[in-house]
Amino acid sequence: MIAQKFEYTAPKSLDEALHLLSSGAKPLAGGMSLIPMMKLRLAVPEHLVDLRALKDLNYIREAGGQLHIGATASHYEIESSALLRQKCPLLTETAASIGDVQVRNMGTIGGSVAHADPAADYPAALAALEAKFVLKGAKAERTVSAADFFVDAFSTALQPGEILREVIVPIDDARTGTSYKKMVQPASGFAIVGVAARVRQNAGKVSFVRLGITGLSNHAYRATAAEKALEGKPATPNDIQNAAALVTQGVDANSDLHASADYRRHLAVVHAARAIGTAISRIA
Amino acid sequence: MATTTTKTETFVGKRVRRREDPRLITGTATYVEDIQMPGMHYAVILRSPHAAARIRSIKAKQAEAAPGVVCVFTGKDTKGVGVVPCGIAMPDLRVPQHNILATDRVYFVGHPVAVVVARDRYLARDAAELIEVDYDILPAVADPEKALTKGAPAVHPQWPDNIAFTYHQDGGNVDKVFAEADVVVKQRIVSQRLVPMAMETRGVVAEWRGADRQLNLYTSTQIPHLVRTLVAGMLGLEENRTRVIAPEVGGGFGSKLNVYAEEALMGFVSMRIQKPVKWIESRRENFTCTTHGRGHVDYYEIAAKRDGTILGIKLKLIQDVGAYHQLLTPLIPQLSVLMMPGLYNTQNIRADIVGVFTNCVPTDAYRGAGRPEATHGIERMVDILAAELKMDPAQIRLKNFVTKDKFPYATATGLMYDSGDYAAPLKKALDLVGYVKLRQEQADLRKQGKYMGIGISTYGEICAIGPSPATPAGGWESATVKIEPSGKITILTGACPHGQGEETTFAQIAADELGVGLDDILVTRGDTAVVQYGIGTFGSRATAVGGTALYYALQDLKAKIKKFGAMLLESDDVTLVGGQVVCDKTGKAKPLREIAGASYRALKLPPNTEPGLIATRFWEPPNFTFPFGAHIVVTDIDSETGQIKVRRYVAVDDCGNILNPLIVDGQVHGGVAQGLGQALWEQAVYDDNGQLITGELTDYALPRAHLMPWIESHHTCTPSPVNPLGVKGVGEAGTIGCSPAVVNSAVDALSPLGVRHIDMPLTPEKIWKLLAKKN
Repeated sequence: MIAQKFEYTAPKSLDEALHLLSSGAKPLAGGMSLIPMMKLRLAVPEHLVDLRALKDLNYIREAGGQLHIGATASHYEIESSALLRQKCPLLTETAASIGDVQVRNMGTIGGSVAHADPAADYPAALAALEAKFVLKGAKAERTVSAADFFVDAFSTALQPGEILREVIVPIDDARTGTSYKKMVQPASGFAIVGVAARVRQNAGKVSFVRLGITGLSNHAYRATAAEKALEGKPATPNDIQNAAALVTQGVDANSDLHASADYRRHLAVVHAARAIGTAISRIA
Repeated sequence: MATTTTKTETFVGKRVRRREDPRLITGTATYVEDIQMPGMHYAVILRSPHAAARIRSIKAKQAEAAPGVVCVFTGKDTKGVGVVPCGIAMPDLRVPQHNILATDRVYFVGHPVAVVVARDRYLARDAAELIEVDYDILPAVADPEKALTKGAPAVHPQWPDNIAFTYHQDGGNVDKVFAEADVVVKQRIVSQRLVPMAMETRGVVAEWRGADRQLNLYTSTQIPHLVRTLVAGMLGLEENRTRVIAPEVGGGFGSKLNVYAEEALMGFVSMRIQKPVKWIESRRENFTCTTHGRGHVDYYEIAAKRDGTILGIKLKLIQDVGAYHQLLTPLIPQLSVLMMPGLYNTQNIRADIVGVFTNCVPTDAYRGAGRPEATHGIERMVDILAAELKMDPAQIRLKNFVTKDKFPYATATGLMYDSGDYAAPLKKALDLVGYVKLRQEQADLRKQGKYMGIGISTYGEICAIGPSPATPAGGWESATVKIEPSGKITILTGACPHGQGEETTFAQIAADELGVGLDDILVTRGDTAVVQYGIGTFGSRATAVGGTALYYALQDLKAKIKKFGAMLLESDDVTLVGGQVVCDKTGKAKPLREIAGASYRALKLPPNTEPGLIATRFWEPPNFTFPFGAHIVVTDIDSETGQIKVRRYVAVDDCGNILNPLIVDGQVHGGVAQGLGQALWEQAVYDDNGQLITGELTDYALPRAHLMPWIESHHTCTPSPVNPLGVKGVGEAGTIGCSPAVVNSAVDALSPLGVRHIDMPLTPEKIWKLLAKKN
């Protein structure tokens, strides 16, 4: 378990980091995925740029009616943030379900999201939250939606030389309930399947619903057919079941040692129903 | 000078905190990896990426020329080194030549092919990538049942049937009872391959001192003396000039009860480069190159009367050997056969073992070694029989137990069970768990379509291994007790405990015998230059055999202490009590430190008595010991996901007398954790090409702290008559009792669906499929 020789820089500023990245270096955040891959020599970067020391990437704050989370905020910082617990509990709940204590202390939201493991937890929540991703290059900055950010397994909208600077999530009103339910892969702690639900009710009927699914296919996605099926319904157990049954529609399910495609599809439906039910029960 | 305290307080039986823990908890213990020496070099081993291949050529020029590299050795260079030993002799055993480095062929993924030696480990690792090995890839076979089919690839070309050995055992009249039985139940039961996964991987530091013709070998092992004998033999060294040191050992679980190629290979390297060399196994290597455990496919048949009386048991046992025999590989399934009848009174058994070569890393001992497989088999079969006869699983067990008036009890497999009261722990466990009420709750839940199961396992095991005629290398153990001139006490145990707590329990035994405090005693182990020859720690033997050797050494010393005390007190009527010798008549006393001082100063000696206070005993046990117990597991199954949740875990273990309940708790907890690991999560899965696809901790699901249920650990106490301490052993009990209780619980939960058996691990998907099929 010995990595190949590499250069390491801990830049003092974001501009310096971007300059180094534009010349082919690879960004390092919490290192929870990259370092194990380097130890197995599956990843052999020549130059690592450590973003952890950059203070201007590590924040969780409210501005302009939205929540801004810097890329190097750790899972633990997100899980324990009083601001997020109050204004975006879906994110704290999701962060708390990641891996184990050590991973949550080291791992960062930016690192996890940019790595885009198809079984990672955040993407489900960020899809359901319709999060925005601020990508910064040496010359320009752009914002992309969750739907555009997650492209494929281990593949995102990030271009060479760009880094994920921050994630922006909305603040929901009190009539909204959220929940993240996952089936844990017991060895890795990743999700075999994870479903994030965000549901609003108005006059006894579901007025708004967003469902983010991770683990089922190559990248997280929003289950729009299921969302549509539930909207306008009173959310009886039957309504929930019917909607949940649609979360796998049109999706090519993954299959591996830990779960077959059929089982994954089944789990997605079960966890969708559970996440929706719990989300509704949490509406104030 | 510190003086030896005198105490009337006793320690045996008390929850004394482990004296080895401070150094472990504070990170100040010395493992192999912590050893540094001037001029030390580092070795990295290049291993085969293929499960079966011919080696056409190895080109190492580039690696040899790489920065910092001293040399590269391949199988051609190590031809003079003896083979990796198989310690088992049996008729018709096929033993492939197991060279320390591959020569013309590789037989499993991870097979060592070359070793690179450099001045630092990073340079060695880089250079290993520069070695070009030209492989002619051959078809491989990883599944033992496939390996037995006609036309399967031959693991070793000279044995196209892939059979490594066969073993047959017959007792009583099996054909007769099967012909006369009211009912015969059959089941195929798999005990899957597992990775022992010691927290500390293996590692070796070899230091050749040419001028002295001496090799010092630091290795993470459970058996330093046996490693010394065997590695000295492999390298052609003199045993008295080969020193093996097992420093702190971070877990073994049987995987370090072995002699490995790397131990001899590092000795060879150090002798060639005339410098110390270190090799530390990576986790990946630990997965693919350190022995695995289990790997059974068992075909069971049980014959019984309609009233549930078990008449006989038949077993066809297929053991996945892997590519080679390691030290004890062929012995492990034989232990399963010995334990085959479990706690049940049947004298009719037949077992046929087929050991099968596969293109996988060898199997060998892993916590329980043969007994978990046997217990899993018999305890599953008894439940299947109970289901067939519509009997309660507790009742059928109580009906068939060897009763307590039958001990010592001779089994059909040739064992003599020492003592037992098998109904006692089962009845206690049934009470503790509230069995009758739980069955009522289960009936109610079933009406609601919910799946709750109650699983019972009653186990027996073979501990205190064991009488020498029944073991491959001697089954005795040794102890030396030295009382220094100041009265301080040093114990040298040949058993080499490595985390099991004997630094504490042995101190407790000695403290009580001599009437001194625990702080006056040091327990030393693991260095063949310091400790007299010993066997090692495995098979739940260290306390029952090594502790008994200590006990007898202490008796010798006590007699000598009394002689010196009597001389100093000028009285023949003396008693050793509370760390001093007291004159019965006058009440005058001489403390141990004064007696020790006098024994070494030797101004005057008692008649026929030598100076000094040292005693050594080698104790040969007359029999194994046979602990037993009952584990009951209550599970709830999520009917949508198939996820199993353990609601209650009640363990009632009878390990004879308990010297330290705290340490026994720890052993039960650790054992149960590994049993749950096998039952629910762990599996070493090779694909058809012989690639280990659960070769990382992200894919191989070890039990984690947050996955553990609360373990309700209780005991009954039936002392062993085999040793004066009355102890039996408890290191493996948790693992042995656990897996059948968990599986029985899940099968019980799903029994309304007609489910009779599920193979481990009980993954949620397996359960879901059973639920889906029936719905």
